Amino acid sequence: MTSSASALVDVQGLVKHFPGERAFFGLGRPRAVVRAVDDVSFAITPGQTLGLVGESGCGKSTVGRTILRLIEPDAGRVLIDGLNLLTLGSRELRALRRRMQIVFQDPYGSLNPRLTVRQTLAEPLAIHHLATGADAGRRIAALLEEVGLDPGFAASYAHELSGGQRQRVGIARALSVEPQFLVLDEPVSALDVSVQAQVLNLLADLQQRRRLTYLFIAHDLAVVKHIADQVAVMYLGKIVEWAPAPRLYAAPRHPYTTSLLSAVPVPDPMAQRPRIVLTGDVPSPAHPPAGCPFHPRCPHPKKDARCRTEPPALREVAPGQLAACHYAEEPL
Amino acid sequence: MTEPLLRVRDLKTYFVTEHGSGTARAVDGVSFDLYPGETLGLVGESGCGKTVTSLSVLRLIPEPPGHIRPGSFIEFAGRNLLTLAPRELRAIRGNQIAMIFQEPMTSLNPVFTVGDQIAEAAIVHQRLSRRAARARAIEMLKLVGIPDPAQRVDHYPHQMSGGMRQRVMIAMALVCHPKVLIADEPTTALDVTIQAQILELLERLQAELGMAVMLITHDLGVVAGSADRVVVMYAGQVVEQAPTPDLFARPLHPYTEGLLASVPRLDAPPARARARLHGIPGQVPASSDWPGGCRFHPRCPYAWDRCREEEPPLLDASSGEPGSHTVRCWLLTEPQRRTTRPGP
Repeated sequence: MTSSASALVDVQGLVKHFPGERAFFGLGRPRAVVRAVDDVSFAITPGQTLGLVGESGCGKSTVGRTILRLIEPDAGRVLIDGLNLLTLGSRELRALRRRMQIVFQDPYGSLNPRLTVRQTLAEPLAIHHLATGADAGRRIAALLEEVGLDPGFAASYAHELSGGQRQRVGIARALSVEPQFLVLDEPVSALDVSVQAQVLNLLADLQQRRRLTYLFIAHDLAVVKHIADQVAVMYLGKIVEWAPAPRLYAAPRHPYTTSLLSAVPVPDPMAQRPRIVLTGDVPSPAHPPAGCPFHPRCPHPKKDARCRTEPPALREVAPGQLAACHYAEEPL
Repeated sequence: MTEPLLRVRDLKTYFVTEHGSGTARAVDGVSFDLYPGETLGLVGESGCGKTVTSLSVLRLIPEPPGHIRPGSFIEFAGRNLLTLAPRELRAIRGNQIAMIFQEPMTSLNPVFTVGDQIAEAAIVHQRLSRRAARARAIEMLKLVGIPDPAQRVDHYPHQMSGGMRQRVMIAMALVCHPKVLIADEPTTALDVTIQAQILELLERLQAELGMAVMLITHDLGVVAGSADRVVVMYAGQVVEQAPTPDLFARPLHPYTEGLLASVPRLDAPPARARARLHGIPGQVPASSDWPGGCRFHPRCPYAWDRCREEEPPLLDASSGEPGSHTVRCWLLTEPQRRTTRPGP
């Protein structure tokens, strides 16, 4: 997970704090700063998928957006193929944007309702001077076919398409500029399960065919298990566990990962497992608890004063596996 | 066998479509029973009619554009809910049959305290005084596991998290100790650790209060863990109905089979974890234009001529008690046609 020369995406010490809103219709004193992303580091090898998982408000989507500079980070370093994204000027940044794209969760909100599918896909081709006119038409037809849509859909508007079809258009739009790296921000969570399976298969095929590198952001651990090579678990703006996917699912070391895995319902009445039910809600990222951020909800029997005062470092607890827990050697 | 508490027969709820020209047959001849104390899972994808079914039971369908067709029948405690006068229906709704909705954010009134909203049903149905109703509201908040109930009773919904609001919704629904609780996607908007809390709470309350629960969900995992019996819906109809262990061990309708094959499994062995999912080709058709014959035939890997021409009835496939496992599929009459599933 530490930076390596071979990584396509290398993120070090990423920080994004949002200023608190002012109370009383914007006239009062500002509220506490929301520490959405708090010193996050990771690297992704070309052709691999990093799954970034966590619950609402853990900062996973903010990570995805800051590393594309859709949101400006406050600190950190983001290298894409060795180029530091955060120090680039606007012209260089635009050139680099061609190589990294994003697919959003909501296939209803992320397509312009006033554009046809053809216009939606022609725009990035024109912006990056890749194709115009009949040439663009041919490329659009080929893209639609590649994402499993009939080229006849080019004349349709977003509202004429189903959720799964719209998400395929969103993927085609991201692919149109031939990127190397895709941020997939909850790309299947708005879809029905039978359609979700189709889109996951499509993403796996595209990755293989085009040697794409993915950052796959999701809250669904079963989906991530299906698609990721490496998994990072976030809690309150920090990565609390990192491991190769088979390792994370077979032998989690952080009590939060263990609890999260035990809470996922398994579609088999004969395979019901004991659930670890965490008490309470996720604390507000504006007021993270002192010490280990997970300590107020932690079910670990060894939990003690150290957990309440000393923030645990993310450290290697097994080969290739990192966890931020004082008692990671004695997993739940 | 015990008598069902709720008996739904040939329920048809249709809507006039936007342009006034067509009819959306959202629920089209649904029948099922709900027994005392059991949890019945009603499963299907968006547009299959599961929510309209549950709203029809309490006659919460806006009319127009919707209407429940004559010939439909919903029996509760010996009476047909569909022919009751509004006053009689109000005495049952929220009192003996209660409902919780998917969106805890939008189903609570933002301008009343949670205590007022919980107390309302007790004042209306049980004629409690304001003071007694407030005490009951505090008691209910405690029952659903909200800390500091005596303070929380005066809070407004915006002061609470999503999980807390869903607990308040449950407290509201249970204040009159209903015999039937209809829970429409009660955990879909919640994070998985909060979902676990709510499912655990519903299980505990059901055991304590002895009510029957109709659990509407798209999540087969939730059903596997919570339901005693499952009804699978597709295109406005029941396509399969069975006890939970039977349904998961022996899914007989190709739609149920496809749905189960579509779900990424957390318990998949590592070697199979990255295998392709099966999925179901195509998408759910529009309710104004259900396919002829079997409604699943355009997406079915086994379909043959008969499926395109003739609509199958619910056929008995029970291995145990007759009628316990029923399937709407012609494969039951020609099982040799169920060959190995074609590839994705």
